[in-house]
Amino acid sequence: MLGFDFDGVRFPPAAEEARTRIRAFLEAEHAAGRIVPHRGTWSTFDAGFTRRLGEAGFIGVTWPKAYGGQEASSLVRFVITEEMLAAGAPCAAHWVADRQSGPQILKHGTERAKQVILPAICRGECTFGIGMSEPGSGSDLASVRTRATRIDDGWRIDGQKIWTTNAHNVTYLIVLARTGEAGPSRHEGLTQFIVKVDSPGIEVRGIQDMAGNHEFNEVFFDGCFVPDDMMLGEEGSGWDLVTGELAFERSGPDRFLSDFQLFVALVDKVGPTPGRMSAVEIGRMFSELSALRRMSTSIAGMLDEGAQPLVEAAIVKDLGTSFEQALPETARRLVAEEADRETGEVYGEALAETMLRAPCFSLRGGTREILRGMIARGIGLR
Amino acid sequence: MTLDHDQVEIAAIVEDQADRLLRDAITREVLAAADGGVFDAALWQKVSEAGLPLALLGEEAGGIGLAPRQAFRLLRLAGQHALPLPLGETMLFAALSGTSGDAPAGLALSADGVLQRVAFGADVAVVLLAEVGGWRVVPASELQVTSEGRNIAGAPRVTLTATGGTSLLLPGWLARSAGEDPVLALRACGALARAAGMAGAMRRVLAMAVDHAATRVQFGRPLARFQAIQHMLAAAAEESAAASAIVDSAAEAWGQEDFVMRAAVAKSRAGLAAGRVAAIGHQVHAAMGFTQEHDLHFFTRRLLSWRDEFGSDAEWDGWIGQRICTAGGGALWQTLIDATTTVEREARA
Repeated sequence: MLGFDFDGVRFPPAAEEARTRIRAFLEAEHAAGRIVPHRGTWSTFDAGFTRRLGEAGFIGVTWPKAYGGQEASSLVRFVITEEMLAAGAPCAAHWVADRQSGPQILKHGTERAKQVILPAICRGECTFGIGMSEPGSGSDLASVRTRATRIDDGWRIDGQKIWTTNAHNVTYLIVLARTGEAGPSRHEGLTQFIVKVDSPGIEVRGIQDMAGNHEFNEVFFDGCFVPDDMMLGEEGSGWDLVTGELAFERSGPDRFLSDFQLFVALVDKVGPTPGRMSAVEIGRMFSELSALRRMSTSIAGMLDEGAQPLVEAAIVKDLGTSFEQALPETARRLVAEEADRETGEVYGEALAETMLRAPCFSLRGGTREILRGMIARGIGLR
Repeated sequence: MTLDHDQVEIAAIVEDQADRLLRDAITREVLAAADGGVFDAALWQKVSEAGLPLALLGEEAGGIGLAPRQAFRLLRLAGQHALPLPLGETMLFAALSGTSGDAPAGLALSADGVLQRVAFGADVAVVLLAEVGGWRVVPASELQVTSEGRNIAGAPRVTLTATGGTSLLLPGWLARSAGEDPVLALRACGALARAAGMAGAMRRVLAMAVDHAATRVQFGRPLARFQAIQHMLAAAAEESAAASAIVDSAAEAWGQEDFVMRAAVAKSRAGLAAGRVAAIGHQVHAAMGFTQEHDLHFFTRRLLSWRDEFGSDAEWDGWIGQRICTAGGGALWQTLIDATTTVEREARA
């Protein structure tokens, strides 16, 4: 075991074209005052922005044209997403659909699900959330108890999900439910369903996070009906499907660019003639960010070739979220200014928003401990 | 996808042969002897016969002409085996001077005519000297040893003075990349060589620690079964992966005008990783890894030395940070893209 290689990828001309187009789009949005750079870009929900983005052709670009996509390479999508993050655009409304739910439906969904849902995602009209965690099932996902029972023409779902980001805003949730016995591996008997959030038998209750934001929810299912053709993959294939989407979920630039706007504000705050300590710290953060972007683009290339680089993705997420969490700490040492959300001052506000969100970076999408366990297995320790 | 097929194949063969050569040739005894500051001429002959010093030199000039990433991966491999010889310096000298000699070479940076801490300075046949006014190639006959010393890995670091030599033009791409600063240009080249060596030594330390954790039993179970150990080693694997990735990224820019920035970033990131990986390697190996009898120190002492040579991570951080602050926050994003987007060239420059 000698380690991992993250080979370089050549960005195709189409990716650089996409960069030019998305920059122009974002500049126009900005100039018209429709968006202001947000901290926590991909957790800021703005349905209007997502609709305009969809109309302009920036969602679902890798998917087949038959389903509203453009059959572009993953690197085109990579460029679009990173440009939006860097600009601090409010991406939460399409983030999950574009990143993992859409690809999941494309790969494992029925024909009807693909036809109904994918073009609507591309238009920016259809949004997704992920229903995995439960009160008794956080990192230990195999222990989910929400149950799907076979009935005529479909399934009825009973149970409860929690920490379901944007459940109060989205069109659909992809719900992981128990449909059979767990078996000795504990990974059998789980199935994923595409559930319309306005279905009868669903109740959504909001949870305020420590920053005072409402992203999380509890979702209660009481006899909620899901038609047969909204099941993903085979019955009992839920665990494999969930694992399969993790490389998409964990390797992207959203794992190290969430608070890029704070980095920008810090550089401006320090100014063009930094002291030695500021220069050293800023240079070091830039080096860390450079390695992360290199690794993340490399994984985009691997995904493009159909590989499933789960351990590499775990490495990017753990290093990336550690970087994101360290950024406000470093900023504090360089600038003697209090975090403040209310003065409207760019730096102080960016610092405040980032500090208040930072704890969740290494929780959502797989905790640091889960990721390190996966990496340990990847290097032969478990 | 990024290199043409033949090149990948040739590179794989060269790397495989080099791996076997270094594994067989670099015994414990060789490393222990090298700790005394001795230049191992027999080992140099083997490395040189395998053509490794010519990996980065174009075929038209009598070199092997590997893709730069593959050439620097040979330096990573050398680090993985703790090769106690100036392979990186010689490979760079050959490529930068366009000469296909196989005698060991040194690189020196000097502001005042004194050549500080030249690797194997008393043993090299020639030194490439970077000064404010430009580069000079100085043969051993025109070098005087002022004082002999060693770095903390035991490798000779010799202070020299140079009396003559012939001037050498910097390659245009490198001069432009360094803002026409000859010292910065050569320092960046050396920095990437050290970063590649560190990436290799980190891979080795990680492999040793993983092996140790799998076999050492305490409290009735292998160390590998303890979550605390698993998580430490996962962190080391992350650091090692980041170092390898960023070294590749810089190596791919050899011959391009973004080279110096990328080499700076590589030295900075690899240097940061080196300290962390060395520390974790020792923590996992515990007392036995802290002895001369164990091999671990051959690698960790090199990590601790190399991270300070050709500019420490903090020095490069300061250089990078200064440039970023001067350009302002608005330029930060494009600078990051330029420093990390791979553009494979059609042909080697």
